[in-house]
Amino acid sequence: MSKKIYLDNAATTKVRKEVVEEMIKYFDEFYGNPSSQLYELGRKSKEAIEKSRKTIADFINADEKEFYFTGGGSESDNWAIKGVAFANMKKGKHIITTKIEHHAILHTCEYLEKFGFETTYLDVDQYGMIDLEQLKVSIRPDTILISIMYANNEIGTIQPIEQIGEIAHEHGIIFHTDAVQAMGAVKIDVKKQHIDLMSMSAHKVGGPKGIGGMYIRKGVKIDNFIHGGGQERGKRAGTEGVQNIVGFGKAVELINKNFDKHVEALTLKRNKLIEGIKSNIEDVILNGHPTMRLPNNVNFSYKYVEGESILLLLDMEGIAASSGSACTSGSLDPSHVLLATGLDHGTAHGSIRFTLSEEITDEDIEFVVETMKSIIEKLRKISPLNKNNAM
Amino acid sequence: MYTETVMDHFKNPRNVGNIENADGVGQVGNAKCGDIMKIYLKINDDIIEDVKFETFGCGSAIASSSMATELIKGKNINEAVELSNKAVVEALGGLPPVKVHCSVLAEQAIKSALYDYAQRTNKVIKGLENFNPEEEEHSCH
Repeated sequence: MSKKIYLDNAATTKVRKEVVEEMIKYFDEFYGNPSSQLYELGRKSKEAIEKSRKTIADFINADEKEFYFTGGGSESDNWAIKGVAFANMKKGKHIITTKIEHHAILHTCEYLEKFGFETTYLDVDQYGMIDLEQLKVSIRPDTILISIMYANNEIGTIQPIEQIGEIAHEHGIIFHTDAVQAMGAVKIDVKKQHIDLMSMSAHKVGGPKGIGGMYIRKGVKIDNFIHGGGQERGKRAGTEGVQNIVGFGKAVELINKNFDKHVEALTLKRNKLIEGIKSNIEDVILNGHPTMRLPNNVNFSYKYVEGESILLLLDMEGIAASSGSACTSGSLDPSHVLLATGLDHGTAHGSIRFTLSEEITDEDIEFVVETMKSIIEKLRKISPLNKNNAM
Repeated sequence: MYTETVMDHFKNPRNVGNIENADGVGQVGNAKCGDIMKIYLKINDDIIEDVKFETFGCGSAIASSSMATELIKGKNINEAVELSNKAVVEALGGLPPVKVHCSVLAEQAIKSALYDYAQRTNKVIKGLENFNPEEEEHSCH
């Protein structure tokens, strides 16, 4: 196998060299416990944490006292939903979210239903967009939380976050957004966009795995999720993963440097791949919104064929991607996101997501289009659903 | 994840296609489950002279179909009807637990094609007395 083309950046990203270099020092050089403030080694760790905190808080226009490090995006989602639910349950037990959230949100809401909480799952249209009118009429006197993801991990659709925030605040409801995929891809301003809580993850933006963050607007009532020591100003216990925090901060610093250029370059590559697939392969459906989508997301359904087969053949050509097919998840149902957009099961099984990075070249994109074309042809020849197969 | 044999049959599936004027055709699975298998049989003197398949599904579904057709080609219909999903899994050198249903589908697809042949020719094939192709076409294995 020759060149490897990694097109699964929504799953995780390569940790950038500069990030690794920065992190390494915090393993064997500055290894002090940041809680040990009476000696220099401990203080050094603490300083490094606060530097990262400031970098990330600035990046989303938050006050550094409003940003907390967590163990990852899923922990942040769990904290936001459970923490707000339990802290505000005297006011009400109704939560509004969507059908296309990450399982860290959906399964947490399901769990809360055991404690008498009720959840409204908003529908999305064929592009994966929620309807603001449906949101408004779903609000009840006992609604305490609206949690709507910023951008979808599978189809890349970006929601009208600012308008959602406005609606939530008009009704005095706390607004949480899962920005794990959006961070680093769209400009986020938590103040302007009326965001109260926001989940983030380092490994989606060139940082290490196992570290995430949460923005908590000052004054928002939220219970702790990880109980223990007084780290993170008493809100999230556990000795800080200093090297990971440093890596997260460095990754955000790097993205911030060339943000507009980075997004523009990705968007061009994305559009080239979308056009290439559309004009070379018949019977495909672009999943997600045509314009309100993440700059690196390309998700198509290829009729009459199944996603896992495509992924296996792509892998043989050195191309890494992902699929909404059930066969890749171990369950019988395809992606809940694709089904929510109205795709039938068969078509949802045949979906492939490519998520690009800046490392992808124009030649890579051409190679991917050519490879996809021949893979789809090959599989359609085997498929009983393809009516073009001669009898 | 998959054995070499599975990958071989997936990459180079044997007996792909369809048969004009087949003596028996069977289709099982549905798009909802993500797997559909269609088997075509050419039968002469109760011997399976030719067999072809078309499959919509994952790698193991394609490999299971390919292997199953290899296992029944040239066999007497009474032997072919005894092909079990276990035999398909064994011949493939194993399947991951979540993929075993693909081999079940292959077994059912062949039974379904043989059932069709039996219906057309008014024959009784031992082992197909309780077979219901309608059920096989709509259930997820």
